[in-house]
Amino acid sequence: MSTTPRDVAIVATSQTPSYRLFNDSEPKLIMRCVNDILERTGLDRSELQFTIAGSCDYLSGMPFAFVSNIDGVGAWPPVYESHVEMDAAWALNEAWLRLQLGDIDVALVIGSGKSSPGRPREVFPLQTDPYVMAPLGLDPVSLAGIQARALLDAGIATERDFAEVVSRSRRDAQSNPNAQVAKDVPVDELLDQPYFSAPLRKHDLPPISDGAAAVVLAVGDRAREISERPAWIRGIDHRIESHHPGLRDLTTSTSTAQAAAGAGVSAGPVDVAELMVNYSPEEIVLRRALGLDDATRVNPSGGPLAGHPVMATGLVRILEAANRISAGEAQRAVAHASSGPCLQQNLVCVLEGEG
Amino acid sequence: MARPCAVVGIGQTKYRRQLEVTLDGLVREAALQALEDADMTFADIDAVVIGKAPDALEAVMMPELSLADALGAVGKPIHRVHTAGSVGASTAITGVTMIESGRYDRVLVVCYEKQSEGNATWALSGGRSGGQGAGGTFAPWIRSYISRSGAPEYIGWMVAVKDRQNALKNPYAHLRIEDISIDKVKESPMLWEPLHFLESCPSSDGAAAIVLGSEEVARRCPQQPAWVIAHAKRTEFSSFPGRDTVKPRAGVDCSAALYAKAGITNPLEQIDCAELYVPFSWYEPMWLEGHDITPEGEGWKLTESGETELRGRFPVNPSGGVLSSNPIGASGLIRCLEAANQVRGTAGEYQVDGARVALGHAYGGAAQYFAMWLVSSELQPTF
Repeated sequence: MSTTPRDVAIVATSQTPSYRLFNDSEPKLIMRCVNDILERTGLDRSELQFTIAGSCDYLSGMPFAFVSNIDGVGAWPPVYESHVEMDAAWALNEAWLRLQLGDIDVALVIGSGKSSPGRPREVFPLQTDPYVMAPLGLDPVSLAGIQARALLDAGIATERDFAEVVSRSRRDAQSNPNAQVAKDVPVDELLDQPYFSAPLRKHDLPPISDGAAAVVLAVGDRAREISERPAWIRGIDHRIESHHPGLRDLTTSTSTAQAAAGAGVSAGPVDVAELMVNYSPEEIVLRRALGLDDATRVNPSGGPLAGHPVMATGLVRILEAANRISAGEAQRAVAHASSGPCLQQNLVCVLEGEG
Repeated sequence: MARPCAVVGIGQTKYRRQLEVTLDGLVREAALQALEDADMTFADIDAVVIGKAPDALEAVMMPELSLADALGAVGKPIHRVHTAGSVGASTAITGVTMIESGRYDRVLVVCYEKQSEGNATWALSGGRSGGQGAGGTFAPWIRSYISRSGAPEYIGWMVAVKDRQNALKNPYAHLRIEDISIDKVKESPMLWEPLHFLESCPSSDGAAAIVLGSEEVARRCPQQPAWVIAHAKRTEFSSFPGRDTVKPRAGVDCSAALYAKAGITNPLEQIDCAELYVPFSWYEPMWLEGHDITPEGEGWKLTESGETELRGRFPVNPSGGVLSSNPIGASGLIRCLEAANQVRGTAGEYQVDGARVALGHAYGGAAQYFAMWLVSSELQPTF
């Protein structure tokens, strides 16, 4: 960092529930969030000086699907906006960078995805190397299973540890009105279930979800005008690893540790962490990479195991962490987002309350 | 506050069909060339940003994942932009933002498309077979421009000839039609009335790359920096009753914001040349008017007068433009880097003499996404 950054905070958030099947369009999911945010903040559309969205054409099976999402964002008169074909956590990162330029003070970030129309296990292999891996059809579930097996073989975790992540996450999700899968199931009962993609059981996987989320970022005093208790972004960074799982040690997440160092996670205690744990073994890898101990409450929302609106899932982690701070339930929080098979790319964001 | 940013390195592949190279090889060739131009290696780069049009064109989903190794991004941030046809210019602007923010000092921007891997007209029709494609979308609006402006039909043919003649001077250009002529254009098959085959862009493969640097970095690089003095983006809905599809308001607002930022009051006089996104011939006069470079109804007259030719008063697409090379996701970045080539004095045979300020432009979707930048040989040019 060559210059002192402007202070940027999350000042408003909105999300739809995670639906197994939302029987309407993706723009409609987005519009709900945008209208909700405008209503609750009293902001006019024209006060959102920059908008940036994250979504994925492939989920809809239609090139340029993101163009229709503009209908939900609102673009008349014309707006200053952009789009990333990434989880919207990366859109938030770009908005943070944009706000550093000094000429605008308020930005809207949107994430949306509908996984229900497609078959994720057939679509997601297209993320892997197109020449040597994609033809094998290696899907995220199988790859997560390989990562889980690596953890077991290294003696870092047991199947009981995986089940404990699931049991706790879905129990906590009972207090999250937006959760899709929320129930209190004891660990032993989970371990009685058959394998789905050994050593993973069905409950170690996230649900298939449709949903959207939005957050408003604002700078300095503008943030204090909009929110009584803004969640200040104290650090944000993201890193990637090799695309070839065979070139990586799957029992660790080097890129998460690098992003955590860049975001300054270790500079203070972490009250709450919202981690993008798509598959239960990933929580064990992420806790170690982030250096979190038992004093940190992980995924009080239930995390992606309770609802996984792909392309918004990472943004929802930041949103949930910000909500804890704005509600006064946490002073310092860490949010994490991930992309690619076996946690290939990771973003870490540190949020703090004031005073 | 925003720090100055400059283009310090430029790299391009040839834009012909390249069946012999992988996606990794394609992007790496452009990236390495840009790094060499900047006297850097991958190790010097702080962050990478990539842009391309729909993933479905090559059937690789979120390609920043599988290209991370080829682009030297392992252990670094890599970001991916997608804003339809404007994506190349949007990606360049995201890269500039990364420098201006103060967060990064050296950013590698890479855009590409490998149209030979798929069927662009299918993808541009929203993935539906039997779709109208991009030409089918734009032809009625072009017809509307012609009737509104009273432009003679040979204006489109003139643009098609001029850009292909310019392309003969550009070693990277895809189309090289030595005997291009008005007769050849107007006798080529009618694709979407009034657009003939030779008034349309080709399907190209290729990658383009730039290295962006902070002022401190730029001062140490071997090339003359191309300072990014302004950038702007605007978006509007794809359709609604009363929408002006000939001169979309998002385009007007975008250029107005751009000129205001740079302090430009008379773009035709104060900008020395422009790389405009012209995938179909008629979009040259349409964007001259759509971005208020000329008054409404006057754009075609500038084209007709020959002033948009390489040695004219306001050269448009000296590189040959999108009409000569269209690796879709890269086309906007190519406009931006060719503008930079002009103010650096590195445009070779298609150099505009004494270019000090140049415009790079792209549009996308249903002429609803606009992204533009202005580069200059001077850090703070006065007008």
